[in-house]
Amino acid sequence: MSSTTANHAVHRDDTASKLGMWLFIFTELLLFGGLFIVYSVYRYLNSTAFHLAAHELDVTIGTINTAILLISSATIAMSTTAIQKKDKRLTLILIGVTILLALGFLVNKYFEWSVKIGHGIFPGSPMLEELSRGDILFFGLYYFMTGLHALHIIVGMVLLTVIFFRVKNDKITFDNFQLLENGGLYWHLVDVIWIFLFPLFYLIT
Amino acid sequence: MAANGTDHAEYKSYLEEDGGRKGIFRWILSTDHKRIALLYLYSMMAWFIIGVTLGVLMKLELIAPGKTLIGPQAYNATFTVHGVIMIFLIVIPGLPAVFGNFMLPIQIGAKDVAFPRLNLFSWYIYVIGSILVIMSLFGNGAPDTGWTFYAPYSFKTGTNMLPAALGAFVLGFSSILTGLNFLVTIHRMRAPGMTWMKMPLFPWTIYGTAWIQLLATPIVGITLLMVAGERILGIGFFDPAKGGDPLLYQHLFWIYSHPAVYIMILPAMGAISEIIPTFTRKTIFGYRAIVLSTLAIAFVGYFVWGHHMFTAGMSGTALFTFSILTFLVAIPSAIKVFNWIATMHQGSISTEVPFLWAASFIFVFLIGGLTGLVLGALATNVHVHDTAFVVGHFHFIVFGGTGFAFFGALHYWFPKIYGRMYDKGWARTGWMIFFIGFIALYGPMFYLGITGMPRRYFDYLEEYHGPNIISSLGALVMVTGFVIILINLVRSAREGEKAPMNPWGGTNLEWQIPSPPPLENFEEIPVIEKATYKFD
Repeated sequence: MSSTTANHAVHRDDTASKLGMWLFIFTELLLFGGLFIVYSVYRYLNSTAFHLAAHELDVTIGTINTAILLISSATIAMSTTAIQKKDKRLTLILIGVTILLALGFLVNKYFEWSVKIGHGIFPGSPMLEELSRGDILFFGLYYFMTGLHALHIIVGMVLLTVIFFRVKNDKITFDNFQLLENGGLYWHLVDVIWIFLFPLFYLIT
Repeated sequence: MAANGTDHAEYKSYLEEDGGRKGIFRWILSTDHKRIALLYLYSMMAWFIIGVTLGVLMKLELIAPGKTLIGPQAYNATFTVHGVIMIFLIVIPGLPAVFGNFMLPIQIGAKDVAFPRLNLFSWYIYVIGSILVIMSLFGNGAPDTGWTFYAPYSFKTGTNMLPAALGAFVLGFSSILTGLNFLVTIHRMRAPGMTWMKMPLFPWTIYGTAWIQLLATPIVGITLLMVAGERILGIGFFDPAKGGDPLLYQHLFWIYSHPAVYIMILPAMGAISEIIPTFTRKTIFGYRAIVLSTLAIAFVGYFVWGHHMFTAGMSGTALFTFSILTFLVAIPSAIKVFNWIATMHQGSISTEVPFLWAASFIFVFLIGGLTGLVLGALATNVHVHDTAFVVGHFHFIVFGGTGFAFFGALHYWFPKIYGRMYDKGWARTGWMIFFIGFIALYGPMFYLGITGMPRRYFDYLEEYHGPNIISSLGALVMVTGFVIILINLVRSAREGEKAPMNPWGGTNLEWQIPSPPPLENFEEIPVIEKATYKFD
C-alpha cells in the first residue's frame, strides 16, 4: 500500500496485505458465527417448527445458487493463476464471468424472495404473525442471514469490479496481484458462508 | 545522537511537515500515524467533555432525594448516553487509537503502521459512529435503555435508540480495522533484531488488545444489527411474543462486552509498564510474566461474560463455572500489580507527574479489582447486583484504571508528541485535585451499594443522603482537577518550553528520536541488540 503523504516511503508488503485479509475474513466468520449461534439455539428450542418450515423453501433454486457460487469461486481462483501466467485477457474474462455469476445468484435470490413475499411470508407480515413462534423465528433468520449474505455478494461484486478495471489498466500485473488474490479470498469467504447457509435452511428437514 | 540534548541536526518534525496541504486538510487527509493519533485525541476530548457534562448532571440530580434538576425520563436518557459515549467513544478506542497509533510504530522501530490509508479510514468511521451516537441525543427523545441496549426494552422504547445502537455498530468497525492494522504491523514491521521477547510491553498489550478487538467485536456488531432488524423489520429475535429469547441477547451482548473491558484495561496496563521502569530507573521486574499474563487476560477474558448475568437465570453449573473463571482472570491482573510493585522496590523513584498517575493507578486499580471479586462471587453478587456498588467498582476499574493510565500516558509522552514540556506544578496540582475528587466521587458508592441503594434511579431514600452529598461534591472537585489538567496541557502544547529528546531518561526507541518526531520517525531503521528496559 502506498501512502499519499509526500516523502513517505512507498511501502509494499504482499505478505502483510494477505495477513490483513485473512484477519478480516476471521472477523467476518465471527460476524456470521453470532448468527449461527442464534440459529442453533432456536433450532434446538423449536425443532419441529424449523423442520416443517424448511419444506417451504425451494431446494431447486438453492441448489442452482450453490452451484453458481461454487463455479464462481473456481473462476476467480483461475483468474489468479491466469494473471501469474501473464494472460491478461483470460484474467479479465474470468473475473467478468465471476461477476456475472454473482449477478445470476442475486437474480435467483430476487425471484426466490419475491415468491415468498407474494405468499405473505416476510418479517412482520400479518400472515407470519399467525404462524407458530418457530416459524416466525425460522423465516426471520432466513431473511436476515441470506439477506446479510446477499449484501456480502454485492460488496464482493463491487470489489471484483474495481479489480477488473485495475487489471484492465495494468495496475494489477503478474508481479503485483495481491489485490486480486485478496479479492479472491473474500469471494471464497462469501462462498463458504453460503455452503453453511444452504444445508441449514434448505436441506435439514 | 546528542544525549538528552535539544540540539538536533536540522530536521522537520511531523507537525511542520504538511504534505503540501493547507489548513485542516493537513490533518484530515494525512496518513501519518502520529497525526491520526492526534485526530483521535482531539475528537475523543470533545466527546469526553460531553460525557463528563452528562455525568455531572447525574451527580447534581442525586445531590438530594427527590427531583432536584431532571426528572426520571431525562435521568434515564442521561445515564444511557453518558454510558454509550464513555464506553464506545472513549475508553474502548482510548489508549489503542491515541497512544497505540502514536507510539506503537515508533516503539517497534517502524516508519508507520502497515496500512496507513486504512488507518485514516478507521478514524473517519470513528467520526461517523460518534456523530450517530451524539445525534441520538436530539430528535424524539434521547435513548433510555442503558448503554447495554437490553432486549426486549430496546425495541419497545419509543425513544431514539436506533442511532445510538447503529453508532455503536459503526464504531465496532473502526475498532476492528484498527486492531487488524496493529496486528499486521506488529507481525510484519518490527525492526531487525526486535524479537518478540525484546518488544516493549506497551506494544505487547496493544497486541493482546488487537486480538480481542478482532475476535470479540463482530459478535456485538451482529447483535446490534439483530436489534436493528427487530426495530425496523419486526423480526422477533429477542421478542418473547414471537418466540425469541431476551436472555440470548444478554449472552451475545456480554460475549463482546466483557472482553471489551480488557480492550480498555490491557493497553492501560501497558502504559503503566512503560512509566514505572522509567521513573524508578530499574528494569521491569518479570518481563516474561507480564507478557504471559497479558496474553492470559486476553484469552481467559473471553469466558467470563456470564458473571454479568448471575441473577438473570442460568443453570447452577453455568453460574459456578463463570464464577470460577472470573476468579481465574484476577490472577494475571494480580501478577502485573506484583510486578509493578517489585519494580519499584529498591529503585530510585522520582515522583514526576507520570509516576504519580501510575502510582495512583495501582491504588485505584487494586480497589477496583478487589471489589470485582465481591461481584464475581455468587453469594455476594446477588446482594449487590444492580446497586451503586457495581457503579463504584466499574468506575474504579474503567475510569480509575483506563482513565488514570490515559492521563499518565498523556503526561509521559506529551513532551515527545508536542516537543514541549508542560508546567509540572500545575500538572501536579491538577492530579492531586483530580485524585481526591475521584475517591470522594466513587468511594461512597461502595457503601451506598452495600446498604442497598439501587443504580439507575433519579431518586433515593433519605437515609442515603449523606454519602450522596460527598459523591456529588467529589464530582465537582474532580471536574475542577480535570479542567486544570486540560488547560495546562492545551496551553503547554502551544507555548511550553522546548522539551529535550529524552526528558525522563526512558530506554525505549521513542526516546532515541527527536521531539517531536520527524515525519518518518527514523532516518534509518534501527537494529535492536539490547533487551528492553535496560538502564546503564
